[in-house]
This record gives sequence, structure tokens and C-alpha cells, in this order.
Amino acid sequence: MSEPLLKVENLKKYYPIKSGGFGKVSETVRAVDGVSFSIREGETLGIVGESGCGKSTTGRMIMRLIEPTEGKIMFQGKNIMNLSKRDMRKARKDIQMIFQDPFASLNPRHTVGRIIEEPMIVHKMGNRKQRQKRVEELLELVGLSAYHARRYPHQFSGGQRQRIGIARALAVQPKVIIADEPVSALDVSVQSQVLNLLKDLQKKFNLTFIFIAHDLSVVRHISDSVGVMYLGKIVELSESENLYNHPNHPYTKALLSAVPVPDPEIKTKRIILEGDVPSPAHPPSGCAFHDRCPVAMDICSKERPHLKTLEDGRMVSCHLFD
Amino acid sequence: MSEAILKVEGLKTSFFTDDGEIPAVDGIDFSVNEGEILGIVGESGCGKSVTSLSIMGLLPSPPGKIVGGHIFYKGEDISHAKESKMRKLRGNDIAMIFQEPMTSLNPVFTIGEQLMEAIRLHNHLSKKALTERAVELLKLVGLPRAKELLKEYPHELSGGMRQRVMIAMAMSCNPKVLIADEPTTALDVTIQAQILDLMIKLNRETHTAIIMITHDLGVVAQMCNRVVVMYAGKVVEEGLVKDIFNHPKHPYTEGLIQSIPDLYGKKDYLHTIKGSVPKPGSIHKGCLFAPRCEFVMDKCRVNTPELLGDSHKSRCFLHQEKA
Repeated sequence: MSEPLLKVENLKKYYPIKSGGFGKVSETVRAVDGVSFSIREGETLGIVGESGCGKSTTGRMIMRLIEPTEGKIMFQGKNIMNLSKRDMRKARKDIQMIFQDPFASLNPRHTVGRIIEEPMIVHKMGNRKQRQKRVEELLELVGLSAYHARRYPHQFSGGQRQRIGIARALAVQPKVIIADEPVSALDVSVQSQVLNLLKDLQKKFNLTFIFIAHDLSVVRHISDSVGVMYLGKIVELSESENLYNHPNHPYTKALLSAVPVPDPEIKTKRIILEGDVPSPAHPPSGCAFHDRCPVAMDICSKERPHLKTLEDGRMVSCHLFD
Repeated sequence: MSEAILKVEGLKTSFFTDDGEIPAVDGIDFSVNEGEILGIVGESGCGKSVTSLSIMGLLPSPPGKIVGGHIFYKGEDISHAKESKMRKLRGNDIAMIFQEPMTSLNPVFTIGEQLMEAIRLHNHLSKKALTERAVELLKLVGLPRAKELLKEYPHELSGGMRQRVMIAMAMSCNPKVLIADEPTTALDVTIQAQILDLMIKLNRETHTAIIMITHDLGVVAQMCNRVVVMYAGKVVEEGLVKDIFNHPKHPYTEGLIQSIPDLYGKKDYLHTIKGSVPKPGSIHKGCLFAPRCEFVMDKCRVNTPELLGDSHKSRCFLHQEKA
């Protein structure tokens, strides 16, 4: 077993809510509250969860686009939390990001060529001619054509724009790509094209993906292992086949059962969760899920469960497995 | 077979822009029977939302206009009905819920004021009776603390609760048809499951027919009796849900079903439909799907296929030849 390429330990992000005069902190929102995972080279880790669970914050913290409150991010054995702003900028050459909204993440005033070239300029790669050649290569790589470089983002469809975003992320030959909901704005027929493209690129360049999404079937399709988040914590983390076939945590079970299956013959028994996700400013005591959990016990409202590793290597945070 | 309560025949809706006439909906036919759940699926830009706005008489006009066809509600053509008549129909007979529960409620009025306004417009009730009816409706859609909720503002509610309020409002006058335009797209899966469950329950209890407009084939498979598949402003396939999923008769439907990643099994590669949806208004000869179709034949590029079949209709030469 090889060393993990990226290892995140006890990552936290707290946002203070200031109220009253003099910036007095009255409450804190625990957006991400102690997340740990590791990922080996060439693998894909999926992070799923509902809105507000902290999955996007986690992704952005790894790039330090959001400064973590606490925690360690070990990349190739080095803690990138200790890097200065300037060194972090350089480190981002190895970690790139693909964003959700293909309409908002490309500058409408720049040509596609310029957009893809920009990261190479920032990281001082090659001369102008080499960079332009590389832009053309990248465009072909993601299934567009070299002549598209002279066009503007508005001339492309959503799926094509997402391909441009992917080309831009690949421009600096990163090792890790963090994809934050890369296909959720796309139609199914286009979504499958982009997913296949990501898989192809991963094989070709031995890329490591962190794939953040709310769509469970998409995450299953692309990931080797999957972490399920609820209210800023990972409640279950395991190899993807295992997690989908035998979910352990009651939340994972409910989440999986809630997905409408596109087959009228399969009538899943839906576990309907009562109520909404609680506010991260006032998480319930004990296990954050206990007030919606169909199998909650007395201990759940008192003690906070920790992420434990089970015999088969799966990790779950639930008192049922004590 | 129960009677069709709403029938759409050859409906054509166009938008008149600086670039000329853009047909968003190009001659579609379908009908909704009493008490059934009909799904309309398709990708963005296929005209599914424009269809529902045309039925409700809510097209932004100009630039939108119904340029052909008929919409029959209980046998009466409402496609060009007067605004005063539509006002009576809307809410009372045909109601609608929208995708964004965030923007479809007025932020400066309380839930109670908005809910009671909807009831008051169609019924003459005393203030006390109005409040009672509002509380009853909120309970019907499974909202707790109904009385207190009446005094709260939309921003105090979560997305799922807001969508429940929208459904309560739509159900306030016991409509015969409820048009739901992507009602769960903005919601999380667990909340989506709650809302879908609620809609099925309402459909069973009140026998309100539901037109479920969605892009999610999962929602269709789990909720609907019949389904209409739209592509580029036309119906390409129509039939019972089980027929369409088990034996799709149009390459587009087939491709769509196969493009979805499976929750219960892993495929290495997903099926894809090459290319993308044609731009509305672009001129085409022959079948609109031909440029993306893997089974395309010479005649598909020249002639336009018709929507043919009895209970399971499709607009495809390939399947019509087989039959």
C-alpha cells in the first residue's frame, strides 16, 4: 500500500456570528467540524451530502481558498497549512479546481484561449508560443477544437463550458483536481459526456480527484471511496461499492433510499426523514443526526459519536457500532 | 380508462424576438386523465416549462404567444380565453407550483396573508373561516405548528417548508389539475423524498390530476403513471411509465435512460448521446434528433417522422418500421 498523496486531519472551519456592538462574537457556525480523510494517488474520493453540510467548504479549504480554522493538510508529506501565501500560490499548481457553475466561473470578457492560458502565465510556464500550442492541445484533449480558442465563453453551451473549465484546470499539469459539483448544472445526456471525459483524463494522467457532489449515483459512478457528510462531519467513509451496497450509518441509509430510482420496477422502501437539517449554529447535542434518526437511542442525544474503523476497514460515526 | 380532463392538441407556442420567430413548443399533443400523474420529461430548452405556462395562460406576452393548436379543459378550448376567464380557472381548476420556492413567495407578506389571499379570491368566506381553512391546508401538507406559521414570513422557513406552503396554496381551492414545474429540483434528496411522498398522498386523497414536469427520470419512474418525453419542442415519445422504461421506442429516450449513472451497480463508462440539444430557432430538415442519433438513416435527414402508435406512441422511423 502506497502512502496517501493527500491527507486531511481534523479540518475545521468556524465562522463567528457577530452581533451587538464592538464585534462581539455571540455564536459560531461550525461549517466544517473535524473532517479527516486521506487519498492515494490516482484515486477518486467522493464527498456527498446535502446543502449546508460543509462539503464545498472542505474542498475550498484544501486549496486554502478558505482559510481553515484548525487542522492539517498533508500533501506529498508536507503540511501545506504552514506555507506562506506566496508559497501556497505555487503549491496550487499541483492542486487545481473545477467549479460548479460553468457560466460564472469563466471570465466573459476573455477568449477561451486566454482563459486556459492564464494559469500557465501565473505559474510562468513556457513562452507565449509554447503556451498557445498547449492551449490547442488542451482543447482537443477535452473534446473541443483548436479554433475554439478565439471564441468567447458565451458562444458555448453549458457542457462545452465545463470542458473549458476542465482544460483550464489541466493546463498546469496538476496532481490533484478538486471538482466541486462539476456536473450538477448539466443535463443528463451532457453530464454523462463530462463524467466519461473526467474518467479518461484520470487514466491518462494518473490524476487524483476529490469529487464533491450531492447526486449519489454520480458520485458512485466516479469514486473509489466515498465520504458522507452531515452537518460539518463525516458520518461514514468507505470504499464506494461497500458503502452503496451495505450502508452502515442510518443517515447514509436514508440518503440512499431517498434517491428516486429511474426504473419503475424497483420500488425502494423509502426511509423518509422527518424535518430539515438543523442549523450548524445550533447543532443538536450528542450525535448531530439524533433528532432525525429513525433508530436513535438514549446515548445519541448525550454523547457525540466518533468516527471508528470497523473490521472491514469502513469508517462510521454512530453509537450503533460501539 | 377515465376521461381526459385536460387535452392539448397541436399546441404551438413561439417567442417573437429580434431574431425572428422562435418556436419553443412546436405542435405537441397529450392529454391528462382525471386523477392520474402524468410526467413530462426533457432536457433544458425542450419546451416543457413553456408548455405549462401556455396551459396556465401565464406566458410572458409579448414576446410569447400561442400561435396554433388548442388546449381543452373539460372539453372547452382555453387556449385563447380571456384573462377574466383564466383568472377564474387558475387556482380553482388548474393550479401550479414552481421550481423555486424561494422566489415564488412574496417576502414582505406573511404565510397566512398569502395563503388566505389565494382562498379569498375564489371563495367568499368570513375571516374566521379563512383562518380555519388556512390552518387546515397547512396541516394537509404536513406542516407542524400551523397556527404560528400563518404569522411567519417566508424567510423564516426552510426550502422544503416553503415548497409545502406553495403546495398548500395550490391545493387551496381543490383544483382538478395541478401542474408541478420541477417542484423538487431545488431541494435536497431527503427533502425531495418528503415532497414527492406528499404529492402522491394528495393525488390519492383528493384525486387531483398532477402534471409533473421534470428532468429527472428517477422522479418519473417513482411517481408517474404515464410519461411524455419532449425533445426540442416536440413530443418524441409517450406511453405508460413501465413501457417507456422497459421498451423505449425512441433512441433519445433510450439514450437518456442509459446516460444515468446507476445507484445499484457500476459501469465503467456511461452511455452518452453525442453533441447537444439544437438551438431553438435553428432550421432543420428531417428528424430533429437525427444529428445526435446513433441509428440515423438516410430518410431521417430528409423527412420528419410523425408521432404514431396507440397507447405507446413514438416519433421515430426506426421503430415505426419495426412495428
